[in-house]
Amino acid sequence: MNEKIPFRKLFFMFWAFFKIGAFTLGGGFAMIPLMKEEFVDKLKWLKEDEFLDIIAVSQCAPGAVAINSSIYIGYRLYGLLGAAIAVLGTVLPSFLIILAVALLYAKIRSMPAVQRAFRGVYPALVVLVMSAAINLWKAAFKNYVDMGIAAICLAALFIFDVHPVFTVLAAGISGVLFDLRKEHGEEGDIG
Amino acid sequence: MILIKLFWAFFKIGLFSFGGGYAMIPFIQREIIDINGWLTLEQFMDIIAISQMTPGPIAVNAATFVGYKIAGLLGSVSATCGVAAPSAVIIITLAFLIKKYRSLKWVDRFFLGVRPAVIALIVNAAYSLGKNSITGIKDVFIAVLALLGLYMFKINPILLIVLASFLGILLG
Repeated sequence: MNEKIPFRKLFFMFWAFFKIGAFTLGGGFAMIPLMKEEFVDKLKWLKEDEFLDIIAVSQCAPGAVAINSSIYIGYRLYGLLGAAIAVLGTVLPSFLIILAVALLYAKIRSMPAVQRAFRGVYPALVVLVMSAAINLWKAAFKNYVDMGIAAICLAALFIFDVHPVFTVLAAGISGVLFDLRKEHGEEGDIG
Repeated sequence: MILIKLFWAFFKIGLFSFGGGYAMIPFIQREIIDINGWLTLEQFMDIIAISQMTPGPIAVNAATFVGYKIAGLLGSVSATCGVAAPSAVIIITLAFLIKKYRSLKWVDRFFLGVRPAVIALIVNAAYSLGKNSITGIKDVFIAVLALLGLYMFKINPILLIVLASFLGILLG
């Protein structure tokens, strides 16, 4: 990391985060399909299981999930400089847009076309976020114990409204207790 | 020093809000309205509404907006840096520790257990987004088109969002 600074790659990374930041509507989770598309599928800088780990840590640490995950990915790829550039890329679009909004506040608020555009975006976002879950399926589910963990977590989130942080920590602890790696080797893949 | 005050208020918001997004709203509200009185409740509600219509994390949007209103461009830079600073310190520390200890058996086991939970989190996020946004036949229509676009025509997610916004305008 200390040798030559890979300016070209850093620029690619900045641009990827800028795009993600510009299109992350509807809270942090909407950026998961976009991040996966850029870093796992297109640039192939991260593997699917690494990506899942990054999402888990970003979700459990304090702060905005979008900021956490971009700092993590940037740091993981290019150290401290990478983290700084990644967070700048993620924050810059909303920073500029909100500055514009703060200036034109009253006008934008009453534009019906803007509101209608967003009514169209949200159903598509639901599909995108769901597709991210399906795409990452294989990296997360290697056997029936994994599927059991996911089912219990879903029930905890849906029915009992357990906080995501506790859900993730409990799942991790169950992983420590049940040694899923051994299960993986012997049961074979079902993905 | 208003810049330092802004930085510190948003630093606390960044530090104490877990789970991101809407989980941050009560913290933001407390700092901005209750403690510092920088905005009225009505202005705050407008920020939430604007955040829903503009990209980016709610905390960043609120930081930029409040910072600008209180101290102009420098104010918004200061508040935005404040909200990102705790994340930077915490995530970089965690990333460093995880890298160092990732090969330990129990750490590995922990992450193997965590992965299925992340899938559950994402499904849950899709569900709550859907609950609030897919309410009528037009929304179902857009969702079905998005599904076809994504899986049959392999449309890039960003392009899909742009197309969906046009569809929203057309369908009214």
